[in-house]
Amino acid sequence: MSEPPLPGELGKHSILIRPGMFGMLRTLHETWACRELLYFLAWRDIHVRYKQAIMGFAWALLQPLLTMVVFTLVFNRIAGIDSGNIAYPVFSFTGVLPWQLFQNSMQRCSESVVNEARVLTKVYFPRFIIPFASVISALADFCVALVILFGLIIYYDITPTWRFAVLPLFIAYAVFAALAVGLWLSALNARFRDVRHIVPFMLRLWMFLSPVAYPLSTFIKKFPPAFHWVYTINPMVGVIEGFRWALLGTDSLEPALFVNSVIITVLLFIGGVVYFRRVERTFADVL
Amino acid sequence: MSDTIIKVDGISKEYRIGGTKVAGGNLRESVVNFCREQAETLKSILSGAAPDSGTEKFWALDDVSFEVKEGEVVGIIGRNGAGKSTLLKILSRITEPTRGWALMNGRVGSLLEVGTGFHQALSGRENIFLSGAILGMARSEIKKKFDEIVDFAGIDKFIDTPVKRYSSGMQVRLGFAVAAHLEPEILIIDEVLAVGDVAFQRKCLGKMDEVSKSGRTVLFVSHNMPAVRSLCTRSILLEEGKLVYDGSSDTCIDKYMERNISMRRDGDLSFFRRDRITDATNAFMKNIRVTGGQRVDEHLPSFTSGEDVEIVMEYEVRRPVRGASLTLNLNKLEGDKVSVIYTGDKDLAVDMEPGTSEVKCRIKGLPLTPGLYQMNFGLNESGSKGRATDYLVGVPLFEISEVPETGGNFPHRPWGAVQWSDVEWVMPCDVEGR
Repeated sequence: MSEPPLPGELGKHSILIRPGMFGMLRTLHETWACRELLYFLAWRDIHVRYKQAIMGFAWALLQPLLTMVVFTLVFNRIAGIDSGNIAYPVFSFTGVLPWQLFQNSMQRCSESVVNEARVLTKVYFPRFIIPFASVISALADFCVALVILFGLIIYYDITPTWRFAVLPLFIAYAVFAALAVGLWLSALNARFRDVRHIVPFMLRLWMFLSPVAYPLSTFIKKFPPAFHWVYTINPMVGVIEGFRWALLGTDSLEPALFVNSVIITVLLFIGGVVYFRRVERTFADVL
Repeated sequence: MSDTIIKVDGISKEYRIGGTKVAGGNLRESVVNFCREQAETLKSILSGAAPDSGTEKFWALDDVSFEVKEGEVVGIIGRNGAGKSTLLKILSRITEPTRGWALMNGRVGSLLEVGTGFHQALSGRENIFLSGAILGMARSEIKKKFDEIVDFAGIDKFIDTPVKRYSSGMQVRLGFAVAAHLEPEILIIDEVLAVGDVAFQRKCLGKMDEVSKSGRTVLFVSHNMPAVRSLCTRSILLEEGKLVYDGSSDTCIDKYMERNISMRRDGDLSFFRRDRITDATNAFMKNIRVTGGQRVDEHLPSFTSGEDVEIVMEYEVRRPVRGASLTLNLNKLEGDKVSVIYTGDKDLAVDMEPGTSEVKCRIKGLPLTPGLYQMNFGLNESGSKGRATDYLVGVPLFEISEVPETGGNFPHRPWGAVQWSDVEWVMPCDVEGR
């Protein structure tokens, strides 16, 4: 066996196949070259979702709407959780909406690699496309559910402020956080199918650890400051509080704590990218 | 050197087979072993290495090297498990080699199945775009070739019907049509011709021929020897992961046949897949032999054209069999179909009592040309609705040896599979004194 040629000696369309990972630059370059595929996979997910079920669109609307109604009944009326001077339905909806975006993105992302097993073992394309494409359909569901939000804004007579314009940043952060966790899970899921059973349970616990149904201020009041730091590592605290800050004008999250969670999420995302890149080489062997 | 488009150097791929480890002696040892295993698993999870699920390793590919020049059409042949698919998967970048490297100097398109990425709920039109994109076509490219693809598949009436309502034949046609319109510099194809009806297979072969003549470089894995022979000028023979021959397709196929024969010794049925045999199977073939003919060492019995052949099929019968039928398909070893012998043609019923039963089939004056022949054996019980209860495919049976030159100026014999001996001619005139 002779030495393989050096990267510099390769032609423009040449591909060198060898054991081990390829450079990050090449992965990025390849992924970019296949962006059309990203579009097609996302389009397929959305299309199949809304084509098959008669309830397609209605489902994306009903899910957050019913969750809001049940939350209002259970947490507000029965458990007596108080949302201060904001009406509880709109308060809980501003938590449910980003939470479901995160939940759907993460769940679909974690199952994406296993779901594409058939294609993965038959054709090559940058594997990164799969988890990234999977979150786009969750974004579509989110956009449908936004209609309810607009309805609530009008019904509860909420005055739009400049803060509304910052909302997309929090939406992006929710998806980014879902990807940060989802990349790990999708790669682990390829090898350990237990992940599939763990994810729903994990998400249920995670929801209760996020201020979806209760205000963050309540948590801050009931627990000593030492816990605040740990609690706010959860990126969804930042996302939900961001939504409420932008839409309802609440102000319970200290910016320093939010920055903390962003830094940790970014680290988790980078770790996920590195881990996914390590494992993607063996997908075809383990799926 | 500049026209070398594929260079494969020392490619090896190791797989581990899950094997049960020998249980440890005492509890302490088991606990220590358990912890060590867990630690190793954790290490492999973090490093992203392939799981070490068993101790037994085997090399699916072992130090394979070859080069392909631009525009060459190269066949890759070998028995099941010889490493053909693994090689294609490595060159398609689906899985990575354990050792060695390969250089592909051009865009690679791989066709390891028909209908890659199809979604059953989507229409034909939507699937063309989806599958095309997954196979590496740009949207503009698919748009340009859309009509051609639909036309090739012959499904224009159903283009907006969900694919799940298509017959399996239609799905295969559409899948192949999309793939056939890929235009990479290097095309990697695995056995896709084994699907569809005869007419479509011919169409596919025609398309493949067109592709190979257009100057594209093709790697073609197949069990269909006539197809390999007609499409590829050069072939590579793999055996147990090793490259054993690289050269002209004709020689390569001959070598494959030779080795294949000596591996499946006459009468030994252990090489065949017998997955139809279950507890419910009343009878299955235990042994097969051919009586008569010349036999040298382990080679198949050899006959001359026109000789009588007796095939003895030994069945193991568990429960009485009544009113069954036997179907024998005679093929050339390369796969060309020759003839069918069916007990039903003579209104015969096969009845067998528990124990060992022998069925003999005598063929008088076998009118075959020199070459190697194989047979498929199907036992159909009454009420099995045409599905054989025991089925053996491709049992090498006998050889028709070369006959001495028959004279005349026709050098291409043997030709085809049948050699008529009983032919009468009526000539326009008979010149005296010849």
